[in-house]
Amino acid sequence: MEPIHSPKIDFDKVLGETPDAPISGHCAISRRTLLQFCAGIAASMGLSAAAGVRMAEAAMAPQRPPVIWLHGQECTGCTESLLRAYHPTLEQLLLEVISLDYHDTLCAGAGQQALDHKHKMMAEHKGKYVLVTEGGTPMKDNGIYCKVGGQTQAELIREAAEGAAAIIAIGSCASWGGVQSASPNPTGAVGTREVIPDKTVVTIPGCPPNPYNFLSTVIYLLTFGRPPELDAENRPKFAYGRLIHENCERRPHFDAGRFALEFGDEGHRQGFCLYKIGCKGPETYANCPAIGFGDVGHGAWPVGTGHPCFGCTEKGVGFTKPIHSLAALKTASPPTAYPEPTTAQGDGISAGAAAVVGAAAGVLVGAGAMLLKQMGDDKDSSAKEG
Amino acid sequence: MSLAAPLRRRILTPTTLVLATLVAIAAFFIAQRFMYGLGAVTNINPGYPWGIWVVVDIVIGTAFGCGGFALALIVYILNKGEYHPMVRPALLGGLFGYTLAGIAVIVDLGRYWQFYNLLLPWYAQPNSVMFEVALCVMVYVIVLWIEFSPAFMERFGFKKLKATLQRYMWLFIALGVLLPTMHQSSLGSVLLVMGTKLSHLWFTPWLPVLFVTSALAMGYAVVMFEAIVVSKTFRLDSEQPLITRLSRFVGLLMAGWLALRWIDLVVAGNAGLAFAFDLKATMFWIENLLLVFAVVVLLTPQLRADERMSFVAATALLLGGALYRLDSYLVGLQPVGNWSYFPSVSEIMVSIGIIAFEILLYLVFVKTLPVLPARHGAPYGAEDVPAQPAE
Amino acid sequence: MTNLDRRQFLTRMGAVASGAGASVVATDAEALWREPREMPPEAVGILYDSTLCIGCKACVRACKISNGMPQEIPAEHAGWNEGTWDSATSLSGKTLNVIMAYRNGTMETKDRETDGYAFVKRHCLHCVDPSCVSVCPVSAMRKDPVTGIVSYNPDACIGCRYCVYGCPFGVPQFDISGPFGRINKCQMCSHLLAEGKIPACCDVCPTGASLFGTVAGIREETERRLAAAAGSIYSFPRGELGGDRPANDAPVASYIADVYGPKAAGGTQVHYLSGVPFEKLGLPTVPDRSYARLAEGVQHTVYKFMIAPVVALAGLAFLARRNTAKTHGDGIES
Repeated sequence: MEPIHSPKIDFDKVLGETPDAPISGHCAISRRTLLQFCAGIAASMGLSAAAGVRMAEAAMAPQRPPVIWLHGQECTGCTESLLRAYHPTLEQLLLEVISLDYHDTLCAGAGQQALDHKHKMMAEHKGKYVLVTEGGTPMKDNGIYCKVGGQTQAELIREAAEGAAAIIAIGSCASWGGVQSASPNPTGAVGTREVIPDKTVVTIPGCPPNPYNFLSTVIYLLTFGRPPELDAENRPKFAYGRLIHENCERRPHFDAGRFALEFGDEGHRQGFCLYKIGCKGPETYANCPAIGFGDVGHGAWPVGTGHPCFGCTEKGVGFTKPIHSLAALKTASPPTAYPEPTTAQGDGISAGAAAVVGAAAGVLVGAGAMLLKQMGDDKDSSAKEG
Repeated sequence: MSLAAPLRRRILTPTTLVLATLVAIAAFFIAQRFMYGLGAVTNINPGYPWGIWVVVDIVIGTAFGCGGFALALIVYILNKGEYHPMVRPALLGGLFGYTLAGIAVIVDLGRYWQFYNLLLPWYAQPNSVMFEVALCVMVYVIVLWIEFSPAFMERFGFKKLKATLQRYMWLFIALGVLLPTMHQSSLGSVLLVMGTKLSHLWFTPWLPVLFVTSALAMGYAVVMFEAIVVSKTFRLDSEQPLITRLSRFVGLLMAGWLALRWIDLVVAGNAGLAFAFDLKATMFWIENLLLVFAVVVLLTPQLRADERMSFVAATALLLGGALYRLDSYLVGLQPVGNWSYFPSVSEIMVSIGIIAFEILLYLVFVKTLPVLPARHGAPYGAEDVPAQPAE
Repeated sequence: MTNLDRRQFLTRMGAVASGAGASVVATDAEALWREPREMPPEAVGILYDSTLCIGCKACVRACKISNGMPQEIPAEHAGWNEGTWDSATSLSGKTLNVIMAYRNGTMETKDRETDGYAFVKRHCLHCVDPSCVSVCPVSAMRKDPVTGIVSYNPDACIGCRYCVYGCPFGVPQFDISGPFGRINKCQMCSHLLAEGKIPACCDVCPTGASLFGTVAGIREETERRLAAAAGSIYSFPRGELGGDRPANDAPVASYIADVYGPKAAGGTQVHYLSGVPFEKLGLPTVPDRSYARLAEGVQHTVYKFMIAPVVALAGLAFLARRNTAKTHGDGIES
């Protein structure tokens, strides 16, 4: 992520003359609140305060970027989770910061009316809108297992992707197929990236994903016009750069060899590491231990409540490995406190010991020299009785 | 007929005071060891379970105590009666070397309060070299005291007891030669199990032979060293003619030792280790050069006749022999894991204190008991002796 | 020294040299070595598979609890470890079982020698021909004739630490931290085996890296693992070989095609599999025979039925008696 420089941050200018008044007539959010929110977003992404200001400026721009939101095979849990964010509430963001022009679930209209609106918006904002996909895409039997308005999900995505400025796949289903892609995968479900392999799709996996990871990505896109730094799975690195294991609050127990061996046992009640009952934290990249789950408060995430992580953000782990089977450790390196077979141990020579040995050697050499000298003297004089 | 007499000098001298102070310091640390454990006083660690208390006080200490063994062999077994005047001082040195090694064993043993288990038949483990060493040294300490006891009997006038003992002394003399042969060779056998942990600069199946031969040579060197130091310190007559004659024998012994060691190194293909330019190789060379120097002096007639040179040679031989033992037990050790060891100050002070105690007791004994040849001072013993030339 | 003397000397030297040379060659032969010991047929052991080990130290903790050992915090850890972690850095008088890590370069990949890392668990290997048993003067170390477990009897031990010194694997350790120390070493949780349980380290190992079983079973298991294709899914038993616990289904790592243990120092009952060379894990390179055989062989040759010492004593006594009678008549005095 390249550093964002802003030689001077003029907070007063950003806040305007009435920082605590609503930004516009129909919006309850104040400039100050929005600036605080954006600064928080920037901080959670590891960006500077200046970036937060720029984010606030982008979010307060008169022309809100249009968003088209498509649903595929899913439970709508991602949307549900998003609806429960309140820093600020999602509806504020959607209504004030972005322009949610089409959403399969949050639609005022229905049927043909809704579809017409979608097509109108896509045409109107061609090349400018953000496409968000939620849910997997069935590919088997020409994708007939998920259709909206007679079109398969794959066709809908390809159509909408055509004029999209940016594409975000929210949730594990959209990211890599999710629960319906689990073996035997009867519908041939895949993630959005596989439907439109020639486009850049930012994935925000999770079941459901933390809304902040999504919001942060959206704001970043708005602000800088390009996605944040991504990993090989196109996940933003600010959120998916580290293993859950690395920041887990139970990690010290792992390092000390303290494990819950089964649910409800002494170790489980003591809050020991859940690795042995199947925690996938050691092979799952996500920031859950850092920001928790949803917007519920810290400590409220699966591992925090005593259940092993099941690896929802990780293709090949979540919905694939049995929940209580062991994780494969992806630790980058062994803990530094572990000794190596070659680690030097034992007390070396101390200054005191060296001095004592030196003094003893000195006394011996001195005594020997004196004796030798005496022998030399005695050569000339006869031995005396002393 | 007794030719020995006490020196009858002042016991309280600056030297004995310094020695007594060193003993007191050691006693302090020994008390600490018994109160807080070995870890509180020593630097021994999982890689080096044996520190200088074992190697210096016991392995090297008993080798220094081989004077009695060496002289008994030459006087009574090889029948060289002319060395007889040197026997009793040599025995005294051996007495303290071994007795204090025994004390060092108790200080060093981790579970000393079960020491007697060595004597319980149901715990006996005859496969163990240590078992053999322990029993043998225990018996030998008793034999040494019996061998030396005539000095007490003379001093305190137990004539009859002395006569009875003298009648059976040949048995103790025989034991006094056999037992050190056994346990000094076994101190080498102790290392035979160390084939993977001891540098092959020192490890060889010949260890027992090398240990017993060098112990014997060190025994003679101690006698030479002792005779010279005592005659100089107390300004007594020099025993140089005897020493010179002994020198040739010791020189030949150590020359054979060096030959065996080097041939074995070359034949076993380990000589290359001596050129590794590490600590082990350096110590190996110091040890060998000291011994080669001693052998050259002892085998060169002009040099060995010189009192100073024979003193230096005896010292070199003792240092070389001591270093050989230190290297075999500690420097050459290749522990599992990257361990290092150097004794702590308290550990060194205990070893110094034990050596100081040996010297102190030696000084007290020669001043109060008939140990040194009587011609140097007035006979003190119960039996007055006719003035008689020593040689 | 006269010329004659010198010549005599050189001749003698030559004789000693050739004699020594010939005998050195002879000692290389088996003659001095006591006959090797055999693995007890019912012997039990542990298979430690480094590629399965995740370095979690559950075994270390379970070992401490099961054997009532205190935690150990080295002085150099005191700055960050105020008593929360047991962070022993080696086997010691307080630690019977320790996890160490091999690290190289960037440490990217587990079980790879270059730029990789690996874990290793160190504890007693329960030798077929144990040096500690051979060197102990008071039979405090014993090898069970049935299970082959090498156990320690503190009531017999005098604390000489020869077992610590002599063990080629650096296993037995004397606790020097207090006035009344003792040797501590892995005894394969004999007290748990007596209750029908398995050693604590194998009991808690989450991955099956430590696996208890008969040595015969362990041999077969190592052969199976080495024969399995790298990357294929293998059902790694957990806890006890042949037990009823669910297996750990995991891909087979690329092993180095060797097992540490069957031959080391005459054979051990604990076997190791690894993805990196064993010496990198700190397992000492030892020959296939136990040096206890040499030490005992030499001792038994010299002290066989005490014949040699008794004959020597008789000879010495004869000479001493003759010489003291002839020369001095009264033995030692001057």
